[in-house]
Amino acid sequence: MSADQSPKIVIVDESPIRAAILEEGLREAGFDGVVHISEMQGLLARIYALDPDVIVIDLENPSRDVLEQMFQVSRAVRRPIAMFVDQSDAASIQASVEAGVSAYIVDGLKKERIKPILDLCISRFNAFSKLQDELERAKSALEDRKVIDRAKGILMKMKGFTEEEAYVLLRSTAMREKKKIGEIAQSILTASEILK
Amino acid sequence: MTGALRIGFIPLVDAAALIVAVDNGFTAAEGLDVTLVREVSWSNVRDKLNIGLFDAAHLLAPVAIASSLGIGHVKVPITAPFNLGVNGNAITVSPALHAELMANIEGDPFDPMATALALARVVAKRRRDGAEPLTFAMTFPFSTHNYQLRFWMAAGGVDPDEDVRLVVLPPPYMVDSLASGHVDGFCVGAPWNSIAVDQGHGHILHFGSDILGHAAEKVLALRQSWAEKNPDVVAALVRACARAAEFIEANRDETAAVLARPERIGVAAEIIQRTLEGRLKISPDGTLRESARYLLVGREEAARPDPAQAAWLYSQMVRWGQTPLSADALRIAMSVFRRDIYETILGPATGENTAKDGIGAFAGPPFDPADIAGHLRSFIIGGLKV
Repeated sequence: MSADQSPKIVIVDESPIRAAILEEGLREAGFDGVVHISEMQGLLARIYALDPDVIVIDLENPSRDVLEQMFQVSRAVRRPIAMFVDQSDAASIQASVEAGVSAYIVDGLKKERIKPILDLCISRFNAFSKLQDELERAKSALEDRKVIDRAKGILMKMKGFTEEEAYVLLRSTAMREKKKIGEIAQSILTASEILK
Repeated sequence: MTGALRIGFIPLVDAAALIVAVDNGFTAAEGLDVTLVREVSWSNVRDKLNIGLFDAAHLLAPVAIASSLGIGHVKVPITAPFNLGVNGNAITVSPALHAELMANIEGDPFDPMATALALARVVAKRRRDGAEPLTFAMTFPFSTHNYQLRFWMAAGGVDPDEDVRLVVLPPPYMVDSLASGHVDGFCVGAPWNSIAVDQGHGHILHFGSDILGHAAEKVLALRQSWAEKNPDVVAALVRACARAAEFIEANRDETAAVLARPERIGVAAEIIQRTLEGRLKISPDGTLRESARYLLVGREEAARPDPAQAAWLYSQMVRWGQTPLSADALRIAMSVFRRDIYETILGPATGENTAKDGIGAFAGPPFDPADIAGHLRSFIIGGLKV
């Protein structure tokens, strides 16, 4: 790779969404040579065929140990690889491990050139985790709403409440018992199931 | 006595002492609040221990040494005051390779020299026929699995770097890769060999203990700096693990049930119990083979770190070109295995290591930590890179 060319980056990640987020970020930052590998079978052979300068892998991936083989001096290894971080980069390791990503560089790419790539990976991985948390919260909020609607229906039918009255009862019970409305609604569903 | 401890582990049977110490309340009885964190790769365990996300870890013994020497990665000195497991690996091959080996064997199929020579014949025939070289998988470059496979095949004249392909594969992928023909054999810890046999995809060719009688496999690993600052916590943790090791040898069925839980190892208790008892199904036809040495946890001084074991592992790193031989590095490697800390906390070990020279390799001269250069010169394959 010559000095002015964009380094070839391989993303090893079984999550297509996270890989897409990372790939998009790297392209926006001007890194054009990005390839995503999602299939772990024959990983090393694919990496050798692509001959990348940088490999990025998520820490949930057991195949991270496969990459460690590339540190070895052996016939199978064509280009030596090094962990991006060296002794002086403890903070970088910490940030990347906490974000859940690890980067490897092949054949002495300059540190100044790799740093922005790693920083970008860290921020995109963190953004993905945040997105996932939000998605989880939205999912559980949606679940709660369904449960609350069904509990309201039961109260309306059994007690002759209006929808408004049913909701007020759920909310006041939740406040009194210091629980979430969803939990109270769930216990109504469970009770009505048992008493059926 | 201390804040909460986070300890990383890989779901393998040789994490038993750690898992039982926590799940059976032995760490709590020592005043420790321990959370076990299940991990997916040795690289993760190593990195999270190194940067302090873990206070301690279930770690491959050679990784503790490589990390202390800074081979292949960042240098972080590690202290190993307790062996979680000795032995416990096995070499499993596909039914096709097994049949080929048995067709070429002269002598006892349980004798690793006989199988290694048979492998050499199979490898030579494949080369004559222009076939692809055989592929063997192991778990990590710095692993007993790697060194056991290499030691075995080299004894029969097979050069592991020239005559076969040796690849790293995460243990959960081993059985599928054997079934699909991507690999012809592997060396891995329990329970994966038994799973391959149960599913009809593999034959256990050797127990690791056929290759080496007594091999430090996994250690309780701590950052040296942390261990020095927290001697009371270290002592409590070592006592809890020692109690667990004793419990495991006396209560294998209960241990198997604890380990089988989905958040621990997550495979059938019956398979785990087989490996704890060293009574393994070695062929899909149901043939059983027993060895009291298969996996040692609380017997034969298994838990006591032995610096000679560290020296042997270091010698293999040198033999296979992972690092050059140096007296300084040897001294550091040996000082990772802290027999002194173990004995200060627990007193003398129970039982006795009955392997000859403490290692019990099936081939080569007795191992002498004081003359690694001389020892390595006695092997034809694998060199002394000076």
